[in-house]
Amino acid sequence: MLQIKNLKAAINGKEILKGINLNVNAGEVHAIMGPNGSGKSTLAGVLAGREYIEVNHGSVFFNGKDILDMAPEDRSREGLFLGFQYPVEIPGVSMVNFIRTALNEHRKYKNLPPLSASDFLKTMREKQELVEITAKMTNRSVNEGFSGGEKKKNEIFQMAMLEPKLSILDETDSGLDIDALKIVANGVNKLRRPDNATIVITHYQRLLDYIVPDFVHVLYNGQIVKSAGKELALELEEKGYDWIKKEIAV
Amino acid sequence: MSEIVNIYKDLFEANKLLLLNNVPHGLKIKREEAIHHFLEKGFPDRKSEKYKYTQLDNYFGNGYNKSLEYPKINVSVADIFRCDVPQLETHLLILANGKFYRFDQRGNLPKGVTICSLKDAIKTNPQIVDQYLGKLSKDEDVYASLNTAFATDGFYIHIAKDAALDKPLQIVNLLLSEEDLLVQYRNLIILEENASANIMVCDHTLSIHHFLSNIVTEIFQEKSSKLDLIFMQNEHNNSIKMQSTYVNQESHSDSNINIFTLHGGLVRNNINVLMNGEYANNSCNGFFMADGSQHIDNFTFMHHAKANCESSQLFKGILDNEAKGIFNGRILVDIDSQKTNAYQKSNGILLSDTARMNARPQLEIYADDVKCTHGSAIGQLNDDAMFYMRSRGISKPESRLLLLHAYAYEIVEKINIEPLRERIDEMVGKRLRSELARCHNCPMHCC
Repeated sequence: MLQIKNLKAAINGKEILKGINLNVNAGEVHAIMGPNGSGKSTLAGVLAGREYIEVNHGSVFFNGKDILDMAPEDRSREGLFLGFQYPVEIPGVSMVNFIRTALNEHRKYKNLPPLSASDFLKTMREKQELVEITAKMTNRSVNEGFSGGEKKKNEIFQMAMLEPKLSILDETDSGLDIDALKIVANGVNKLRRPDNATIVITHYQRLLDYIVPDFVHVLYNGQIVKSAGKELALELEEKGYDWIKKEIAV
Repeated sequence: MSEIVNIYKDLFEANKLLLLNNVPHGLKIKREEAIHHFLEKGFPDRKSEKYKYTQLDNYFGNGYNKSLEYPKINVSVADIFRCDVPQLETHLLILANGKFYRFDQRGNLPKGVTICSLKDAIKTNPQIVDQYLGKLSKDEDVYASLNTAFATDGFYIHIAKDAALDKPLQIVNLLLSEEDLLVQYRNLIILEENASANIMVCDHTLSIHHFLSNIVTEIFQEKSSKLDLIFMQNEHNNSIKMQSTYVNQESHSDSNINIFTLHGGLVRNNINVLMNGEYANNSCNGFFMADGSQHIDNFTFMHHAKANCESSQLFKGILDNEAKGIFNGRILVDIDSQKTNAYQKSNGILLSDTARMNARPQLEIYADDVKCTHGSAIGQLNDDAMFYMRSRGISKPESRLLLLHAYAYEIVEKINIEPLRERIDEMVGKRLRSELARCHNCPMHCC
């Protein structure tokens, strides 16, 4: 589904990603872990199409298509979803209007007619239940005045609405208490299907108790320095990132 | 004296019979004083602080037909103009080129409510007109003086003590001509003690000729009166508009004025508010959208002459292409006006490298126990919000549109009547999509 080959990227001329290689297949959950500043969010940003990140080398293929020259909106319509670490507040744009517009743009891309008002509302209700958010929240402006937990639930709600093939969840666990974390993880798990995949980016192992990955990768200094099964996350939790740093030094 | 000023000296001389004969003595004096003030001062130039960014004298010198008589309208306005707001019954007063054309009232007007042309009011209520007309504008501004000297008609609204206008009043000024035209008209809104009214004033251009309008509205709000006033400025881009609005507020009065400028080649709004009684409240806001070479200048003067009043101003603009926007907001708090709350904010979004916005807040505070804030921000659309929307599959133009619409909505939501708010929101949305911001059953294609 996703093939990243020797990806190098910089911000303001400073190289952050120094040759990333990663393959993600349908049905898989990958966790990308790493200390602060290792390039985790930059990787998520490159995949979603952040314009301020300069890609200098390498390729990213998503379902057979080179996405690096694609606009962010086309990547989304192709089935790529980024769950933001810091979801953006957009005063004056209602959640309903926002998500309806997004959904219909996806449908237009697939040559489908816009969803009828009743079908849209029905879908909304179903997906709201999934992440336990209320209709009251969806009537407000996008993320405006939402608590940290509400913002993250809202990301998963949007993910549920858009039904992406590949979801990249960037530090979805940050700022969440344990109850909200469970709800968010539960939502992600319910959305797992054999034909979609998830990349979970996290600093801590805690989230991976609830979203169990098939593969864990450690990103350090712009490169994936170690990949293994889910047990790697536990090892990292126990030993800390210094262990990896030392191992690399050797 | 400049040549342009002389045009108006001669115009006054030529129309003396109309302007000074057979009019109430008080009005005659006012017109004479006004033309005198105008001739003495002349048009403001670039050195004038108040008109630094907007000079109009050349337009006033241009070849507009300046006749004070009705220019002949050969078509029935009612046939070509339809304007409605769904689910909202309004009284409708139509002016054509600033002169009374028709009044469609819905049912009988409540007792104490008078709505008519200024021309009629001068005949039927000469004392009231004499008492109020020119009281706020006298010697204040040369364009207002020019208007006082020449304007013979406009609208007149008088709401007696404790009376309320039962339905919103929509006033539509239609500009329709077979040649380029100067239009000057004059309006009075008088709300006596505890009176209330909801008024919307719209401008429509129904022919493609160049129009130059010079409009003065004086508003008197007595104790505890309440006014909601909307100006929808939507003339085509061959029109120039100079609009001055004066408000005098007595104690506990409440005034909510919202100005939307969607089209118009050059628009200058002067809004002068005098808080002349304690515990008065004023909210004055504007949204303007300009592209091409449009030029939109909002000038406000909020004078806190009494203690314990509150005023709040929010002006927001979106400027594209070579358009120019100006906000100049002056707040004056007199020495005895303690416990004043005065807020002012202006925002501009520039969508092109060549669009410009100037913001000049001016605070003069002589009292020591007051709360005054002002802020101004000019910038581009929020990149993070744009990316967030695009990352959900919303196209760049659509994301931009949603953000701009949301930006404008902060002003739109200040409209208290829901159907009207929805209609104006729709018009703003159409304007943002570069569609014609006209009512959808209006057959004119003039913008």
